[in-house]
Amino acid sequence: MLTLDSLSKTYSDGTRALERIDLTVPQGEIVALIGGSGCGKTTLLRLVAGLDRASEGSIVLDGETIAQPHPGVGLVFQEPRLLPWLDVADNVGFGLSHLAKTERKARIAHALEMVGLGEHARRWPRELSGGQQQRVSIARAFVANPRVLLLDEPFSALDAFTRKDLHGHLLALWQETKPTILIVTHDVGEAVALADRAVVMRPKPGRLDDAIPLALARPRDPASPHSEAATRRILAALDRSLKPAQAAAPTEAAQWW
Amino acid sequence: MAEPGADDAKSAPKPRRETVWDQGGRVALGLILPLALVIGWESAVHTGLAQGRLMPPPSRIAVTLYDLAASGDLWMHVQATLVRVALGFAFGAVAGIAAGALTGALPTARHILDPTLQALRAVPSLAWVPLFILWLGILETPKVALIAVGVFFPVYIGVAGAIASVDRKLIEVGRIFRLSTLQLARRILLPAVLPATLTALRTGLGLGFLFVVAAELMGASEGLGYLLIDGQQFSKADQILAAIIAFAILGKLADTVLVAVTRPLTRWQDTARETL
Ligand SMILES: Nc1ncnc2c1ncn2[C@@H]1O[C@H](COP(=O)(O)OP(=O)(O)OP(=O)(O)O)[C@@H](O)[C@H]1O
Ligand SMILES: [Mg+2]
Repeated sequence: MLTLDSLSKTYSDGTRALERIDLTVPQGEIVALIGGSGCGKTTLLRLVAGLDRASEGSIVLDGETIAQPHPGVGLVFQEPRLLPWLDVADNVGFGLSHLAKTERKARIAHALEMVGLGEHARRWPRELSGGQQQRVSIARAFVANPRVLLLDEPFSALDAFTRKDLHGHLLALWQETKPTILIVTHDVGEAVALADRAVVMRPKPGRLDDAIPLALARPRDPASPHSEAATRRILAALDRSLKPAQAAAPTEAAQWW
Repeated sequence: MAEPGADDAKSAPKPRRETVWDQGGRVALGLILPLALVIGWESAVHTGLAQGRLMPPPSRIAVTLYDLAASGDLWMHVQATLVRVALGFAFGAVAGIAAGALTGALPTARHILDPTLQALRAVPSLAWVPLFILWLGILETPKVALIAVGVFFPVYIGVAGAIASVDRKLIEVGRIFRLSTLQLARRILLPAVLPATLTALRTGLGLGFLFVVAAELMGASEGLGYLLIDGQQFSKADQILAAIIAFAILGKLADTVLVAVTRPLTRWQDTARETL
């Protein structure tokens, strides 16, 4: 269970990026974080990953407070961020140096197989396409068996076909160990395709606005009536999160200024 | 997971390898100009179009070079020069890497050291020569010191710059995987700065050869630079040219060796990957 308790973040320049975020995610749930640009989605993931410190509030994973990078939490950045001097296999195994060689090799091979890159193990990152590189970075995060996996717009730079393909790879990996997943996305269709719950955020300061459960069976058909209804609900919530900013923001802002 | 994927098809066509013929052709093209010069010069002297005294024909330079080599003198001079370059390069490179790493890694060290080093860098290195002779005498020490100074600055600038420009995003990857400071340095910083460091070392080596000439011109009884002065004093243009050719070959060889030795370290960077 991952619990964010009244989590806030003020950057050193005074930017209030997150305002009292409360969120509880049971183990294995996939949560999509949606919201306009600048509403604090990346900030939220960086706090949970332990890369930045929260200003107030806490992050608790199965009873353990997270304040720095934690072995149970993996992060996939928006860009693949592969190490160019390591080949694909060594990139995937980057976080496994504590394991014995045979075990490490087996895990790397399996992870690469799962993302469909078994044949490319000995290539350099620069010899891969953008989508292949992002698959390597997903494999790198999964191979460490995290309890929580954070993905920050992992597919936003990819075309619709590649994205759909990668949704499949991501869900296949998730099926194996059922980690909790927090995935940031701008794409409502992506949320509907992947998530058990869509959480809509609102900017200035970043807050949680609405949560839409997506209790749909997998595999999902984006054209099914259920999916379409879910899409409409998320879009409506996004609309609301953008509009009443004038109504709510001044009083809120006045409070913390 | 079997995947009749689109990207497997993409990777199928192998990049066209450069054949021996391609390489040979390229080398041949590069040889046209020097060969033409050699032949032109040679025949100009032989037909009386040009005088050979100040501009000895290639054949005479070759003979001089051969005589020097046969008597063993050439090897002695080459050795003297090489030892100086090697020592100067070693001291300059080690100091440059140390200073670059220090200022690159610690802002305080940078604020303390960098302004002074930059000011010293602004001094044309040859201006140190009289001072070095005064301080260190006229034997080997001032020569090695001068070469070391020449090597130091490009290496220092290169290493400090490389460390300063390491991608912070890659360092975050290390943090996510909870690397210790030492592991971070070894597994991310070091490989990230290696290519720029090697480039800086190459520049440094080139400058080492530049400065060994200056050092030997300031007085030496052996070394290729000595052959230059000796040739000038006794109007032996063929000897000067022979020494210049020896310098060119030596410099190129040293650079080639440095590149070959360090090649495996930066193989991931090769633009056309032909091995494996
Ligand atoms: N290092 C930083 N220092 C100061 N302010 C920051 C920093 N990082 C982010 N911010 C600010 O915090 C707010 C939230 O930024 P964040 O990157 O979390 O947004 P986001 O929801 O991920 O946006 P996007 O969808 O564009 O990626 C923004 O107003 C941003 O300008
Ligand atoms: Mg973001």
